[in-house]
Amino acid sequence: MKKYNYFISALMVSALLLTSCGNQNGNGGSNSALASNNAEKVYVAPGEQDEFYAFMSGGYSGNITVYGLPSGRLFKEIPVFSQFPTSGYGYSEETKPMLNTSFGFVPWDDAHHPDISQTNGELDGRWIFINGNNTPRIARVSLSTFETEEIIELPNSAGNHSSSFITENTEYVVAGTRFSVPVPQRDMPINEYKGNFKGALSFISIAPDTGRLNLDFQMMMPGFNYDLSHPGRGKSHGWFFFTTYNTEEANSLMEVNSSQNDKDFIAAVNWKMIAEYVKNGGGTKMATEYAHNVYDEHTHSATSTMKKEVITVDPTKVPGAVFFLPTPKSPHGCDVDPSGQYIIGNGKLSADLTIHSFDKMIAAIEGKKFDGEAYGIPILKFEDVLAGTVKSGGLGPLHTEFDDKGNAYTTFFISSEVVKWKLGTWEVLDRQPTFYSVGHLMIPGGNSRKPFGKYVVAMNKITKDRYLPTGPEMEHSAQLYDISGDKMELIYDFPTHGEPHYAAGIPAELLAPKSKKIYRLDDNKHPFAVTSPDQAKVVREGKEVHVYMSTIRSHFTPDNIEGIKVGDKVYFHITNHEQDFDVPHGFAMIGQNTSELLIMPGQTKTSLWEPKKVGVWPFYCTDFCSALHQEMQGYVRVSPADSDVPLTYTLGE
Amino acid sequence: MNTKTFVTGLVISFLLLSCGGKEEKKETFNVDRKKSTETIAETPEPNNEVPASQRITLEDKGVGQIKEITLDPVINMEMAAAGEAIFKTNCTACHKLDKRFIGPSPKGILERRSPEWIMNMILDPKLMTEQDRCAKDLLIEFNGAAMANQNLTVEETRSILEYFRTL
Repeated sequence: MKKYNYFISALMVSALLLTSCGNQNGNGGSNSALASNNAEKVYVAPGEQDEFYAFMSGGYSGNITVYGLPSGRLFKEIPVFSQFPTSGYGYSEETKPMLNTSFGFVPWDDAHHPDISQTNGELDGRWIFINGNNTPRIARVSLSTFETEEIIELPNSAGNHSSSFITENTEYVVAGTRFSVPVPQRDMPINEYKGNFKGALSFISIAPDTGRLNLDFQMMMPGFNYDLSHPGRGKSHGWFFFTTYNTEEANSLMEVNSSQNDKDFIAAVNWKMIAEYVKNGGGTKMATEYAHNVYDEHTHSATSTMKKEVITVDPTKVPGAVFFLPTPKSPHGCDVDPSGQYIIGNGKLSADLTIHSFDKMIAAIEGKKFDGEAYGIPILKFEDVLAGTVKSGGLGPLHTEFDDKGNAYTTFFISSEVVKWKLGTWEVLDRQPTFYSVGHLMIPGGNSRKPFGKYVVAMNKITKDRYLPTGPEMEHSAQLYDISGDKMELIYDFPTHGEPHYAAGIPAELLAPKSKKIYRLDDNKHPFAVTSPDQAKVVREGKEVHVYMSTIRSHFTPDNIEGIKVGDKVYFHITNHEQDFDVPHGFAMIGQNTSELLIMPGQTKTSLWEPKKVGVWPFYCTDFCSALHQEMQGYVRVSPADSDVPLTYTLGE
Repeated sequence: MNTKTFVTGLVISFLLLSCGGKEEKKETFNVDRKKSTETIAETPEPNNEVPASQRITLEDKGVGQIKEITLDPVINMEMAAAGEAIFKTNCTACHKLDKRFIGPSPKGILERRSPEWIMNMILDPKLMTEQDRCAKDLLIEFNGAAMANQNLTVEETRSILEYFRTL
């Protein structure tokens, strides 16, 4: 009876609310989301799931965030280049090696451009790659476990910005340097930059079965700034295109001095030709140092290997492999349309977009119609390669993505807008404001041969008044546009974490079915795993103590440990014996100088504790795992360093 | 729903208190507490049913995918050995042979439960504790410690059943 009362009251309240909403709409402006059906377009009802995954780079968070589209709901933050206390990534003994570099442990980076693996130029959803801009690194993240599996450091590079972009069969992930540097590094005057610094373009091969990365070769290009890049696709597969700026090779007051030339270049690199050259013994082996860190899903552990050598290629030694395409005004974005015919250079100090034609480029190369050279690299004539110009009327074009109907969408930073235009006719079809100062935009598959042109997400640099203020620091804002019709329609705003530079989207149906639910306990190859609770033990090796512990709802085995002494290094190796989806257990120890662990079903993770004080110290499970979660705790007795309390470990005794 | 939760809560508190009553260790601080719990423990049970762990429900096949199992009179020792290995890895954190632990000991379970019920309980403990009376009562009797779904296959579960026959 009571239930009915509630139900009736609820009905009445909703009716009232609905009615008053209707009235308000009647009085208010007609462009509110409720007035049209825009609310319905982004509404994913409770229990329903989104159409697309969106993977956004975290910028200075160093990580990737995973959102649903169209709802804008945040599903997960995947730790990549930054320590992540939520899961223990970069804190646990198993994952610390992931953040090793030739500079030692670097617990942070600036993550910019995620890119999903492709087969025949179409998203295949095996892995997502992302670059660390600051201490140049490339990471590979599994799209079945959503965990970072591999990080490779890039020597000779600095400001690893024109990365990480992959070729259309995931042959290579490509990473160009934004800052040119002396190669090899040496003590020299900064103002001798010009002619002496080099810009390294790194080609990292990807093993087709395992995804394993290998720095195949580095091209040592003139000392320009290699800003962004994209692979050729379809007819232009085999080529890679990089925008450059600072062809002036200035080394100070760059905002003036690197903007002097009317045109910089897009560098067109025939990577297939260079890969072949290297395969046949070409290139120079150079001594260097870089870390290669690999995480194994079966041992749940990472190893870091320091590599000592890289093959460098002097582009002038491979005639016909590299050309410069003059492109106006410090081009930033470098995007290739789904057919592979058009290479779009967005001169960030210009109002117009420059579109080069791949066919014209090939014809110009074959006709040897050069307009001089730069450091031995032929420069093609602007007019010979130009396919067209989009006269948009906007200011500060940055990036372009594509739909599946022959349209392109370009962001304009200075004039804060997205402009839709037609490939081939270069005609502007529509423009919509963004709020505010948009950087990249993303259409799922919008940098592949097969875009899914239903939504575009604009990633804005300035949030200002879009949300309730949270002090001077705010999350960046993303805007979602419906692009299924002739005109773009702004349908949603949502905050994003860190500074998403670029994003990669993919239909949910390509990923969701193969998303891993648990790690199988019988696949666990961790050297300190206990696969049945009777293997749980505590072993002392001098001052090192190894606790082989298991967990299941809701206890640790063992949960009472005695015989630990001040000054010991205690390693808790914890195996989660759950085999059910979404039942992690946590582990935290009082006074520990590191983060908690969050251990997924079937997984083993290790936490180091160095007890400093005599006493009886509790540990507990940090993840609310069951009705008896509050009971999931234990004690460690810590005795003085010279004590002779015997080492014991028990459960339920 | 709210009423239900409340009643369940009451029952759980009651059980927790009666558990306290069984406590044997007498330590200084616990004296008072024991006294008070004893009084409550004397209150008669709301019904006179046998505790779920001691009930014999051989007719009950439980809820789930296992509808009918015929056991061969001869125990398949090979299958039982496989079951023992799986039991050791997946179940011994909570089920010990020699004592009641987080959950009951599997010893003698076939004298109380049907083979179908046992397999359904292993394969989908959540469904069972929601829909099967005995499983529901066991959850309460065992302190609200929900049995974990270990994602075992029907074949693996069947081999655990065979292992239980040897106990």
